[in-house]
Amino acid sequence: MIDLSPVREKLGPDAWTTSEFRGNFRLHVAADKLAACLACLKDDCGFDMLVDITAVDYLNYAGARDRFGVVYALLNTASGQRIYVKTAVNEPDLRLPSVFPLWKGADWMEREVYDMFGIEFAGHPDLRRILMPDEFTAFPLRKDYPLRGRGERHNFPVIARAES
Amino acid sequence: MALGLPENIFLTRLDAAANWARTNSLWPMPFATACCGIELMATAASRHDLARFGAEVMRFSPRQCDLLIVAGRVVMKMLPVLQRIWLQMPEPKWCMSMGACACSGGVFDTYAVVQGVDRFIPVDMYVPGCPPRPEQLLKAFIDLQEKIRQTGTLNGREFLERTRPEGPRPLEPDEVRRIREALP
Repeated sequence: MIDLSPVREKLGPDAWTTSEFRGNFRLHVAADKLAACLACLKDDCGFDMLVDITAVDYLNYAGARDRFGVVYALLNTASGQRIYVKTAVNEPDLRLPSVFPLWKGADWMEREVYDMFGIEFAGHPDLRRILMPDEFTAFPLRKDYPLRGRGERHNFPVIARAES
Repeated sequence: MALGLPENIFLTRLDAAANWARTNSLWPMPFATACCGIELMATAASRHDLARFGAEVMRFSPRQCDLLIVAGRVVMKMLPVLQRIWLQMPEPKWCMSMGACACSGGVFDTYAVVQGVDRFIPVDMYVPGCPPRPEQLLKAFIDLQEKIRQTGTLNGREFLERTRPEGPRPLEPDEVRRIREALP
């Protein structure tokens, strides 16, 4: 079990919940308490490495309350403990505070979440697309975007042999 | 007719002479984007030696190459780069599409992968496989040499005849339907 008493002191006992399944320890927090929670985990509980930031789209999920969940995977390099911090974001306000001031590795991770899901991160130094081309307009990993795309992949000029 | 030619003279056509020179010195431009690139490197290595057949150097500058080998999947972000490399190659030039992804998109029928580079680039030889074995790439190379030997001309007239794009039409019916559904 992970010692979360610093988090309990700083945020109060009812701002977050935890769950655990076969060694996978999760912490669910609301979006407005996210920055404080992550800062507390980094400074006081020793989770000094941000492993990944990713998002989940619960559009067609039975029993889901929110559209998007954003997951932060943290690692305590001293003790080897991992914790997953999860927040929920809903349309139309898809904004979260950026954790770039805490972990510099969050730079590209948040760009990837923005590129794939459209969730913006306030305070990010350079929030632009990282995987798709800059002029791409949709957010591909949302559930309402078809797998094969909407024709963007073939929207290029064709070169015939005689003109090249 | 009995020409009294000495033994070190033979008669040929200019086209055939040019083809002989070109087929035996096809320098590839390796456009290796993914796993087929490893297989291309294996074909150029010592066990299956591509240099035996004339591909002596893999110049990484398109200005110095004859044969563009597109090895690996091409994403929509890379396609303008591929087109630019193709346009930078001087005549005569040929294109070989190596592997399932370059031929048709392979297993990646997704929003970002171009379903076959022949939709946007003129391709002369397709090599199937995921990845194709080096022997298969060598056979395709030999087949391309045979094709050049049979259809090649000195000044590249056979390229000027190919005025229409030969690949599949870029926008297929269900892409058109998806575009129509996506518009408000």
